[in-house]
Amino acid sequence: MGGDEAMCGLCGTFGAADHWTDGLGEGAALSPSAERRRRAAVANEVLALYGLKLTEWANRFTLTGRTGKSAVVDQFGAVWAEAERLTGRTCDPLDPAVIEAMEARQYAGRRG
Amino acid sequence: MPAAVADALAASALPPVTVNILTGFLGSGKTSLLKRLLARPELRDSAVLINEFGEVGIDHFLVEEIDDDVVLLKSGCICCTIRGDLKEALLDLDRRRAAGRVPAFGRLILETTGLADPAPIVATLVADPALRHHFRIGNIVTVVDAVNGERNLDAHPESVRQAAAADRLILSKIDLADAWTVDLVERRLAALNPTADRVRLDESRTPDVSLILDDIHDAEARRGEVARWLASEPGEDHHRHGHPDVNRHGGVRAFLLTAEKPLDWARFGLWLSMLLNRHGTEVLRLKGLLWIRGVDTPVVVQGVQHLIHKPVHLDAWPDGIPATRIVVIAQGLDPATVQRSFTAFTDPQARAGRPGETLERHVGG
Repeated sequence: MGGDEAMCGLCGTFGAADHWTDGLGEGAALSPSAERRRRAAVANEVLALYGLKLTEWANRFTLTGRTGKSAVVDQFGAVWAEAERLTGRTCDPLDPAVIEAMEARQYAGRRG
Repeated sequence: MPAAVADALAASALPPVTVNILTGFLGSGKTSLLKRLLARPELRDSAVLINEFGEVGIDHFLVEEIDDDVVLLKSGCICCTIRGDLKEALLDLDRRRAAGRVPAFGRLILETTGLADPAPIVATLVADPALRHHFRIGNIVTVVDAVNGERNLDAHPESVRQAAAADRLILSKIDLADAWTVDLVERRLAALNPTADRVRLDESRTPDVSLILDDIHDAEARRGEVARWLASEPGEDHHRHGHPDVNRHGGVRAFLLTAEKPLDWARFGLWLSMLLNRHGTEVLRLKGLLWIRGVDTPVVVQGVQHLIHKPVHLDAWPDGIPATRIVVIAQGLDPATVQRSFTAFTDPQARAGRPGETLERHVGG
């Protein structure tokens, strides 16, 4: 698998410091911090539904709620467990209200 | 330097050992298959981890006892028991390998108990920081008994989870069942896990070692593996066999997610992370080929429950046409809702309110 790592620059699994979501696609061409900022911006489209915001901070992410509660997140995959802990709500991508909100965002994006 | 530290350092310098999980319900024929596979010279450099020597009945293979729980088999394989914690058994075997206290081996076959869910075993190997650099997951091979398979799938959720997790489904004892029963069990397995290669096995046939050796991690076998997943796509008409009845598998069904435009990797990662955080135990298996914006080659992603393996690349699209296709085997999730969510999250240009087309494969006869 060493060859795969060299070719892809992507490795990792849930539960590890490096994560499978790291460093592939368009973000791979950016600097590490710019890539994290870009991913945070993408995540914030969804996190805003829960009153949360993700920011890039010192090679990590910080997740902050409206009341100021915050948590440091090492990798993208850990965002949701922390989001649920901070808000006390479940974050379900299959929730019809969440899907409708994401579709409405797409629709607004197309019109805008 | 203490011996344990020296062994650990030596182990870290060795290439990772491929681990094959051999699973199947009680009495399905795992041990019989294992004994026949171990007689093959291609698997000479294998180690075997089993739960109890006595259960395996491996005595006639035994030529040399290395210590209390490790023996050397006539074939050259090492056989070792799991008496307690799987992680400790794996680390111990790896340290012995590094220190030269057991013969070098490049593959490990882990035979589970008949009631095991393979997912936690995969989790142990993939997510544990101490193990993940020394071992990598190979094919999960699940043995299903043609005589009792139908009954086991109906009565035991463990049997369904074992079949859903499989990369290879071995239909055993086909010479003991009538042809109609064998066909019925095979159709159920095909509906439950369309991505797995299915092999019929009877006492007169020697199993092909490609069952174990060819897997997604080998660059040479990868293209063929992915081509088979895609050829197995839901869309084949399984309804002709009768009224679909997903409850026969406890609501487990296989379905296909598609996207016709390149995906933004960050959006895909966010969506899948969110899905698995909430529904990881319901997503029994996921195998897909992704078209990622900014990446020239197809990306292969696969996972078991909440664990995703390290994505790998193919050098070309199997049919020459870029497209994202993900086969999901899930319990209790509505395929249309999953597809709609996938599209809503991953395609910022999608038309609002339009659920993506979902081609669904119902489970059942």
